Amino acid sequence: MEIKILKNILGANDRIAAKNRELLDAHKIFAVNIMASPGAGKTSVVLQTIRALQDGVRIGVIEGDISSSIDAELVAKQDVPVVQINTGGECHLEAVQVQDALNNLPLAEIDLLLIENVGNLVCPAEFTLGEHLKVLIASVPEGDDKPFKYPLMFNTVDALVLNKIDLLPYVKFNVDGFTKTVKNINAKAEIFKVSCTTGEGITTWAKWLNSRMGKPLKKRITST
Amino acid sequence: MHELAITQSMFEIVLQQAEQAHAKKVTKINLVIGAMTGVVSDSVQFYLDFMTKDTIAENASVSFKTVPAQARCRNCNQTFNLEEFNWTCPHCQGNIIDVIAGKELFVESIEVE
Repeated sequence: MEIKILKNILGANDRIAAKNRELLDAHKIFAVNIMASPGAGKTSVVLQTIRALQDGVRIGVIEGDISSSIDAELVAKQDVPVVQINTGGECHLEAVQVQDALNNLPLAEIDLLLIENVGNLVCPAEFTLGEHLKVLIASVPEGDDKPFKYPLMFNTVDALVLNKIDLLPYVKFNVDGFTKTVKNINAKAEIFKVSCTTGEGITTWAKWLNSRMGKPLKKRITST
Repeated sequence: MHELAITQSMFEIVLQQAEQAHAKKVTKINLVIGAMTGVVSDSVQFYLDFMTKDTIAENASVSFKTVPAQARCRNCNQTFNLEEFNWTCPHCQGNIIDVIAGKELFVESIEVE
C-alpha cells in the first residue's frame, strides 16, 4: 500500500523557526542570520557592526561554531550579551538551537540580534532560524567564482557583504563580474563592499541594516 | 554533512505516517530532492541504514527523484534549465532570473505493508 505524504522534510525545523520568529517579534527584536564560508570575516563584520551601531541600537549576538568559544569571547569584550552555540560537529545552526539560545539572552534589552552561523556555504542555506534577514559575507581572497559554485546560498540571501576589499590590489578578483553574477542569481540582493581592516564601507552597510530594522527603537538603557 | 539532520527529519516523518496508517512494515520511501539543495543521496542512504535498524522501516529501500534546477527569465518570461556555470536566459540572454524549481526537499510517499 502506498501512502501519499508530500511533507517538507525540513518542516519540523521550519515550525520551530516560526516560533522563534514569534518570540522575536513579541520583543520587537530584528534578527539577522549571518552566513559565510570559514574565514570570510563573519565575526569581524559582527564586531564592526556592533561598533557602528552600538550608540543607538541595543545588540545581542548568537555565535554558532562547531566547537570553541573564541568568537563569543571576542564579542563579549564589546559589552553586548552573547550566547555561544557549539554544534558539536553539525555544519549549520538549526532553529531548535537558536530557540535554546534565545532562552539565555536578555530579550527585553535587545533591538538587533546578530546570529553568526557556522562557516559553510552549503548547509546553512537550508535551515531557516526565524530570522528577518539573511546576509552572506563573501570575501575577496575566496575568489569571484563562488556564486556559481554555491547558487542556493547566493540565491537565498537578502544582502551580500563583500569583505576584505582592501586586498583587491593583491588578489585577482573581478568586482564588476562578481556583482553582475550575484545580481543574475539573485536580483533582490543588496550588495555592500567593505573592509573590516580599514573600516571602509562599514558605515554604509550599518546604516542600511539599521534602516531595514524599520521599527522605532526601544529607548536605550544606560547603566547607572 | 547536513544529510544527517535531513535524514533524521525525514525518518521522523516516515515513522509518524507509518504509525498513523498502522503499518507493520515500511518497504519503500520515495523522496523528491531538488538539484540545488546539494543533498547527497548516498549520504542519506548511509544514515538511514543506521537509523532504521530495529524499526519497522528496517531494510526499506529509498528512491530519490531529482528535480532539475529551473528558472524563469524576468525579461522574456520563458523557463529554462539552469546549468552550473550559465545562469543567463538562453532565449533572450536576459540575466535577471527567478529560480522556480530545484529547491524541493520532501517525502512524496511511502510504501507500507
